Amino acid sequence: MKPKVAFFSFSSCEGCQLQALNLEDQLLSLLDIIEIVNFREAIDDKLENYDIAFVEGSISRYSDIPELIKIRNTAKVLVAFGSCSSQAGINAIRNRLRPEEANAMVYGDRAAWVETGHAKGIDEFVKVDYYLNGCPMDRREFIRLVKAAASGIPFIIPKLPVCTECKLRGNVCILEDRNTLCLGAVTLGGCNAICPAYGHPCVGCRGILPDANIEGMAELLRHHGASDLEIEHLYAMYNYGRISLLTARAASR
Amino acid sequence: MHGAVQLNIHHVTRVEGHGNITVNVRDGEIEECRLEIVESPRFFEVMLQGRSYRDAAHITSRICGICSVGHTTASIRATESALGIEPTEQTLLLRKLILHGETLQSHILHIYFLAAPDFLGAPSVIPLARTHTDVVLRALRLKKLANDLCDLIGGRSVHPVAMMPGGFTSVPTIAGLQEVRARLEAAMADMVATAELFATLDIPKFERETEYISLKRPDEYAFYDGELYSSDTGIHPVSHYRRLTNEQVVQRSTAKHAHANRDSFAVGALARYNNNFDRLNPFAKEIADEMSLPVPCFNPFMTTAAQVVECAHAVADGIALIDELIGRGVQPEPLVQSARLDGQGIGAVEVPRGILYHDYQYADGRITRANCIIPTGQNVANIEADMRFLVPQILDKPEAEIAQNLEMLVRAYDPCISCSAHMLDVKFVGKSEGEQS
Repeated sequence: MKPKVAFFSFSSCEGCQLQALNLEDQLLSLLDIIEIVNFREAIDDKLENYDIAFVEGSISRYSDIPELIKIRNTAKVLVAFGSCSSQAGINAIRNRLRPEEANAMVYGDRAAWVETGHAKGIDEFVKVDYYLNGCPMDRREFIRLVKAAASGIPFIIPKLPVCTECKLRGNVCILEDRNTLCLGAVTLGGCNAICPAYGHPCVGCRGILPDANIEGMAELLRHHGASDLEIEHLYAMYNYGRISLLTARAASR
Repeated sequence: MHGAVQLNIHHVTRVEGHGNITVNVRDGEIEECRLEIVESPRFFEVMLQGRSYRDAAHITSRICGICSVGHTTASIRATESALGIEPTEQTLLLRKLILHGETLQSHILHIYFLAAPDFLGAPSVIPLARTHTDVVLRALRLKKLANDLCDLIGGRSVHPVAMMPGGFTSVPTIAGLQEVRARLEAAMADMVATAELFATLDIPKFERETEYISLKRPDEYAFYDGELYSSDTGIHPVSHYRRLTNEQVVQRSTAKHAHANRDSFAVGALARYNNNFDRLNPFAKEIADEMSLPVPCFNPFMTTAAQVVECAHAVADGIALIDELIGRGVQPEPLVQSARLDGQGIGAVEVPRGILYHDYQYADGRITRANCIIPTGQNVANIEADMRFLVPQILDKPEAEIAQNLEMLVRAYDPCISCSAHMLDVKFVGKSEGEQS
């Protein structure tokens, strides 16, 4: 039996689902090993029974939690699909404000009509089996994960920084050679250093490595002329949750 | 047959984002007819507050995966206008080319993956792979070409990497451009086949004339820039965009509704086609002729046909742009630096679903105020007006068929609901009492 695969999305741009649809060359052969049963963006069927669930987006309102729990209870394998789902990603930039403040800023006197809270990654509510990091997620990793999950073998992303792949690819160093602030040294690789390869710094979309020396990284960025605000904004792009750690440590110094 | 109809379609499928349709008819009278946007709000306005001009496009690209090139372009143009950055000729050519790539990608996705299953009697494109293999392979071929074009220029089609205020951080090779050019040539036959397929489909006979708003340029079919044009009121400068988009917060919807001269207006492929037909290239006009698409056309279900025409335009114009780039040679260029760090600027760009506006205020190179107005938000009121006009005409049909017709209507607009719930605007222009729809 082919495993049944379902896609769901919460607060997100649905770009990760689009990345999956953009696998034109492999799409039809993927359908030989999996059956897609729920993919609102592309198909009508909405089966309540599936084996692998890809969940895109952050959780930012209470009303979304029961649905997420239902997905967890149904799926054998739950995958956090992209940055918004894995680490609250870009959505978490707004977490610096209380939800009521953010609401009032956008909806004015009609703020009460809109329900929202802080943006959170899905693992704050349910157990996640695998993470497909990145904004958007990487298509090659997606295929590797689908194949692994369909054959019941574990899916592993080596805990190496973006710098590793950047060097292997022979890119010019964005930080040292172009003197542009880059988080490649502390960010989880697996993206084949796509941003530095196109001349853009790494902004940490795949998440800061768990044991990264973020203080040391901040020191290095300062050495390259970064202000505290610039460092905060760089970390806050996709890793808002790690900033409090940075500032707490700085305060205790 | 029916005096009463009650429909609640929860999460319309084959659209981008979460939307519900609610229809309530009693004694032949419509009591409720709504398209509700129930997507979770995103608060991009809050995210942008205080951020550097270098970060704005990176953040706002994440409003939408499907039109991320469009958001990036509108954002960059707003920033460049605010800070007095003049991009080079090469940059303009590359931006126009990557926008064509996105238009093609998004339209092909809608034509073949989202809309076509309705007409070929399938719940999705997946079963069509077996029953209509050549159609699906053609769709995949065109979509891959569009994405490869975006990858070549921007590094990635979903959230491009190389696009920045002032230019590109990386430029394509001539060999890469030549390879894509050859595939665009081959795609012309695929576009003819697409038009032939569309001509065989049984499109609902439905007409409702409305106000059509698009960008307009005297010298080209406007995508990248232009002045505002309304089929009712003519040309307006882009700086007057708020008058053409009066947005209002409505209850039970996280997207705002908009109106200009009438209660509602349409943006998108059909509006552009109606307003700018004479600026289409000859190949696109041939394709319109192949599908017997009238000018103007008042049938919203024909938006999909207008998208086919625009795909043909993007393919033929893409070839012309590549020829110009190859002719002049493509060189890495340093990013043009900002002339000032304070100012306000608007970027108005035609993205697949209509005009997208980004409007930023900068102080010391950081954003102090931001406003984005999204095509789908502009279309929602018009979609509801169409629904109210359509429902009485199909009231005799079984409820399942009414539901399907309404879903097809919503889908014809190719709504991008994630975008419309971006919640960036903070102004309530034209606020009135009891405006809930």
